Amino acid sequence: MKTKILLDPLTRVEGHLGIEAVVDSGKVVEAHVAGTLYRGFEQILAGREPLDAVQITQRICGVCPTAHAVASSQCLDNALGIMPPDNGRIIRNLIQGANLIQSHILHFYHLAALDFARGPDFPPFTPRLEADYRLPAAANKAIVDHYVQALHIRLKAHEMSAVFSGKMPHCASVVPGGVTVLPAIDKVTTFLWRLKELQSFINDVYVPDVLTLAEVYRDYCSIGAGCGNLLTYGGYDLDNEPDVMKRKRLIPMGRFTGGKLAGVDPAKISEDVRHAWYEASGPAPAKAGAYSWIKAPRYDGGVYEVGPLARAIVSAESGANPALAKALDTALTHLRLERQHLFSVMGRHLARALETQALANAMAGWVLQIKLDEPVATPHKMPDEAEGYGLWDASRGALGHWIGIRGKKIARYQIVVPTTWNASPRDANGVAGPIEQALTGAPVPDEKHPFALARIVRAFDPCIACAVHLVTPRRRLLGSLRVA
Amino acid sequence: MKWAAAAAALTEFSQAFLPRLGAALDEAVKEFPLIWIQHSACSGCSVSVINTIHPSIKNVILDQILPGRQLWLRYHSTLMAASGGMSTAAALGTARDYKGKFILIVEGAIPTKDEGIYGTLGEEGGKHIRMLDWMKRLGPEAMAVLAVGTCAAYGGISAAEPNPSGCQGVGQVLRTHNIATPVVNIPGCPCHPDWFIGTVARILLYGLPQPKELDEHGRLKAYFGKSVHNRCVLRDCMDDGQFATQFGEVGCMLEIGCKGPFTYADCPIRQWNSGVSWCINANAPCMGCTEPGFPDAHSPLYQRR
Repeated sequence: MKTKILLDPLTRVEGHLGIEAVVDSGKVVEAHVAGTLYRGFEQILAGREPLDAVQITQRICGVCPTAHAVASSQCLDNALGIMPPDNGRIIRNLIQGANLIQSHILHFYHLAALDFARGPDFPPFTPRLEADYRLPAAANKAIVDHYVQALHIRLKAHEMSAVFSGKMPHCASVVPGGVTVLPAIDKVTTFLWRLKELQSFINDVYVPDVLTLAEVYRDYCSIGAGCGNLLTYGGYDLDNEPDVMKRKRLIPMGRFTGGKLAGVDPAKISEDVRHAWYEASGPAPAKAGAYSWIKAPRYDGGVYEVGPLARAIVSAESGANPALAKALDTALTHLRLERQHLFSVMGRHLARALETQALANAMAGWVLQIKLDEPVATPHKMPDEAEGYGLWDASRGALGHWIGIRGKKIARYQIVVPTTWNASPRDANGVAGPIEQALTGAPVPDEKHPFALARIVRAFDPCIACAVHLVTPRRRLLGSLRVA
Repeated sequence: MKWAAAAAALTEFSQAFLPRLGAALDEAVKEFPLIWIQHSACSGCSVSVINTIHPSIKNVILDQILPGRQLWLRYHSTLMAASGGMSTAAALGTARDYKGKFILIVEGAIPTKDEGIYGTLGEEGGKHIRMLDWMKRLGPEAMAVLAVGTCAAYGGISAAEPNPSGCQGVGQVLRTHNIATPVVNIPGCPCHPDWFIGTVARILLYGLPQPKELDEHGRLKAYFGKSVHNRCVLRDCMDDGQFATQFGEVGCMLEIGCKGPFTYADCPIRQWNSGVSWCINANAPCMGCTEPGFPDAHSPLYQRR
């Protein structure tokens, strides 16, 4: 007998997400994922000063504002024909890197861990979905203790970001051309020592905890495989090459599809609104057949997952990041698993943890490359007309900003964010989005407590505030954005 | 039963939870249920508030935040364990059981266009509950409403022109619907953790702020009484006639859009993120994020007002 399960709101994700699943004989046969808020940032940006985009777009998301700040600045760098000096490039990397550490620790302990460890019996830990909590008492206690410890340690990562950005969330110092903050030895020192403390936590607590969960919840190393196609724009610039497609990055740009690596052509990205509440005229909350405020981005018509899993696999398969590849293989050997098992709930948690570790290690080197008394920003002149784009991975995956400038003002601004990819609804061909696909086939032994669904969705770390901000009236190829 | 559960919990959980479990047994401890609702928001204020250091967020959620006073976070969609109808029931149940006694914390502006169809949170009998309806239902029942962040207080970024979903701040929504529950605004993009903790502690210890303690925008003068400009670390640059004209230059930033003279907040002395920095310390102009006019009245952001 088919039963419909509603899980709205799906809590412990950023923003407003609802899921609806049809269950038959203990398994999900059909799932719908919906963003339940419309924000309209692209409408808000039209007509404003181009420089203001960096501050406005950060407010899309209080968890990953730095990613919007960098993507937006790179979008403007591209439009204005400037590149930041070394200091500007490095400090942007540090601001975003510190925030990624903050975001990943928060996600694992404060958003996801309660799916696997039973919290204490008082609010906000109760009420809860009663799940098949399997951790031995000592391990359960350790994870709950680390939940508390992580509340404090993630704050230090935010402090690191604020050392160079002024404040977090919503950083002040990232601007087109570089950053505003002036390097100083006390900033370098205080950043390094906070980073050391975080590295200890990542190496001694976070990564081991993920490995423990993967051992105990081995079935979740296969559950939630998803669509199998991966996309990343990469991130953390290592040189000042103006063409983003040729720029060297810590995490390389790339796709993984059909078991093989492939390149990225931004002109092949499109957005579909067949099942989203949008019409050519704008938002359409009464539209028939629609069920979400999230649109459906597709690459060359295909469904793609973005995020740490995409970055880990593309990094490892391309050979561009041997340290991350080695960490992945060591962890998989320890767990007696293959790379294909990374396409799972636990695989996504593992990719996230190992990426945090690799990035923290790289940052320890970058901060020492800062040069006192050298410029932090390249001056710009605002052109009457220009177009530009910035492609840069946020914590949760591929983030693209596109701008069209006319009469020195924003004529059109377009943003495609990670969760728009992952939590996308069905497209015009009826093909479900990545999370919807990952949910299909999930075990639901108890329909009153559909904990597997929550575990699958949370492993993607959805950010709905990001995903629901925009409206583009027509289906259009973004890479060839033209302003009317 | 209560004893048995608590005793079991004491053996099962770590030291971190002992104070909270102890409090459950102590009838003398006054508990304050909180319902924290996120509307059209970015979660930045939640993320900022958990950056509180003394008390830590662990102290806020698990311990007596002040001697004999315990907050009880019954609903916060980013932190709570429950999901779906179970979480919605927790919020509605708290409002029913603690009528006039719970504090409603609102993050984000409320979409009001077309009767609020642009934002829903949870469902009831298969029907989405609109954010506007959450305010109409919980607003009258609360002891007080704290509007956390500039979106909740005044509309903020969510209500920036052309305000696509008709977003409004809490005060405006309650006035429109003749709901007389007191509102305290704690603006900022985001709200500083100290401003939030201080306001909550004020209410727990001394009751709601007196009208004379609030400014014309419903903010505590203790935090928002003086302009950023008057206490700015770059005042000497202005006195010396040293003005920055582009990013990365040293000097008073009035010419590149600093809104310090029009912005009331104690950032220059309080600073951000455990005191490591603040916007002007990062050589970036003040955006005026604590003001009702943010962002539109302050735009273009990087030009002199």
